[in-house]
Amino acid sequence: MSAPAPAREAAAAASPEAPLLAVRGIDVSLGRPAVPILRDVSLTVRAGEIVGIVGETGSGKTTLARTIFGLVRPLRGVVEVEGAPVSALDGSRLRAFRRTGRVQLVFQDPLRSLDPDLTVAAIVGEGPAIQGVPAAERREKVARALELVGLDSSVASRTPGQISGGQRQRVSIARAVVSGPRLLVCDEPVSALDASNRNHILRLLDDLRRELGIGVVVISHDLGSLAGIADRVAVLYRGRIVEDGPVTEVFRDPRHPYTALLVASAPRVSGVHGHSLAALRQAGPTGVAGGCVFAHRCPFATSDCSIQPETAVSGDRHVACHHAATWPSAASRLERNHAHG
Amino acid sequence: MPSSRPLLSVTDLRVTVGGGAEAVRGVSFDVAPGESVGLVGESGSGKTLTCRAVLGVLPPGCAVTGGRVEFGGEDLTAFGRRQWEAVRGARIGAVFQDPASYLNPSLTVGAQLAEVLRVKAGLPRRAARAKAVELLGGMGLHDPARVYGQYPHELSGGMLQRVLIAIAVSCDPELLVADEATTALDVTVQAEVLELLGRLRRERGLSIVFVSHDLAVVAELCDRIAVFYGGELVESGPTEEVLASPRHPYTEALLRVASVGDWGRRTLDVIPGQPPPVGAAVTGCRFADRCAFAADACRQGDIPLSALPEGRAVRCVRASEVALAGAGALMGEAR
Repeated sequence: MSAPAPAREAAAAASPEAPLLAVRGIDVSLGRPAVPILRDVSLTVRAGEIVGIVGETGSGKTTLARTIFGLVRPLRGVVEVEGAPVSALDGSRLRAFRRTGRVQLVFQDPLRSLDPDLTVAAIVGEGPAIQGVPAAERREKVARALELVGLDSSVASRTPGQISGGQRQRVSIARAVVSGPRLLVCDEPVSALDASNRNHILRLLDDLRRELGIGVVVISHDLGSLAGIADRVAVLYRGRIVEDGPVTEVFRDPRHPYTALLVASAPRVSGVHGHSLAALRQAGPTGVAGGCVFAHRCPFATSDCSIQPETAVSGDRHVACHHAATWPSAASRLERNHAHG
Repeated sequence: MPSSRPLLSVTDLRVTVGGGAEAVRGVSFDVAPGESVGLVGESGSGKTLTCRAVLGVLPPGCAVTGGRVEFGGEDLTAFGRRQWEAVRGARIGAVFQDPASYLNPSLTVGAQLAEVLRVKAGLPRRAARAKAVELLGGMGLHDPARVYGQYPHELSGGMLQRVLIAIAVSCDPELLVADEATTALDVTVQAEVLELLGRLRRERGLSIVFVSHDLAVVAELCDRIAVFYGGELVESGPTEEVLASPRHPYTEALLRVASVGDWGRRTLDVIPGQPPPVGAAVTGCRFADRCAFAADACRQGDIPLSALPEGRAVRCVRASEVALAGAGALMGEAR
């Protein structure tokens, strides 16, 4: 369920108070004219922890990953990595921070993110080479990284086109862990893989956080993947986190209607996920605008929803919904009506 | 689905890649009118090549070297270019994974749909336009007249897939072939597109061949399921029965790695090893090296696909001896 106690304790000792990653109330806009992409997003990741971010296309997942990495600067709020304010760095200081390799990104499609002409050894060794690590030490680091991700050393001399999809994703993870990162940010790391390979990669991420005590952010639109490994999950909709909490609790007992819709939409071999889709999918009332990001699609929206809901905290769960306490019974009523008529 | 005569009947289909390696090794299955059949398996299992052979659109270097693909009583493998023109896009429609790459980016989606209606269905310009708007509306697209005038880049992935489905069913086909048609979509959109396909089936009596690596997606839509491994069919039967009590160890393995439907399940099962390379000569069962139940008998010679009651079939010599867990048991395990 959670990381073994020693890894957790070791991690806690390494960072006595500051979490590994603290995102506090960031607003991000992109483009000209500026289009708001993220609004008031907060997220904490501790060492040895896997935090999932789930959301649909256009929800701002990838922008959040890029902001954490320092590729995009927030208009408001801060991003801190081990207490260092990444969002306040610029120019050479930002490049110096990236060069430390403390935060690493892993992308969805390794065939596109890995240089097709380089060998696996060159791809994995590129970071250390830029950091000025001498060749002999570099070879050692590359060999260690490949071993860590479960790749045979014979793969080192091949190019990305010559290995399988699952192996390629292992190469991108080896590339990310070679410089000893503290935080891995994985953007849809398993979407391009079939179910067996998907689980291989998820297991690998799970092993890495235990063995290396690193923090991991996994961005995915696949709830099943996140349920498999994440400790906590944040649900992003149109740039806002509408709900977050421990992954099993959030998926079993969603408190935001959007989370409930995601859960009910997930394909499954058997069993029913909570409320029926029909009850959750009715369009919201027209004329509710400017408040809750989900109101236009929410069957439970009222005039209250034209005001942005505060994020309510109960235990380790957060939800931003005016009707969090009442919508589940309204959904059950809708279901009964469907059943009868 | 009881029917005197299948709409599509694939018999002992063989497809080679690059002139030699046999990637599809004697696959047989039927699709009855109005029935939906799911082809599942890992990458390289032969499911996609099988469906491409049914459509007559095999990639370069691939060729049908044996077997028959009978559609409405005619053998498609013997068809020439002209004969295909009358079938493909008319009596057999198709949708693929990446809708954007099948549309012309510089024409509106409506013009592309109307073109199909003019060329394939022979409608005059004005009627084609009216019918196109009607079809777009029927796919659950809001404000279809507006969508008609939009370019592919102006639409989301889910909307584009609806446009592609509209094109695929525009000439009232009897069969729709969907190859990973929902794989790239967001989960809420995927659920909507699966519902749309289910509705088209009911309303039009459409048969569907649905190819996916995701057992859970197939379970949502298909009456029957055909499990591919290493170029062969290893198990087939009614979806509910196959998932409740798989008879082939590979089917059970696929179930273990799929999302069975319990969020508390945190064991991440994997299938150890790799499938045999395409065309590899393997004596006996092609799954044996990865199978927990493999015995000497599994490696002795060709293993036939044996018929079982309830319209099921399995290619496993130990099918009657091994105890396999179905979806229900796997969910129970999670608790």
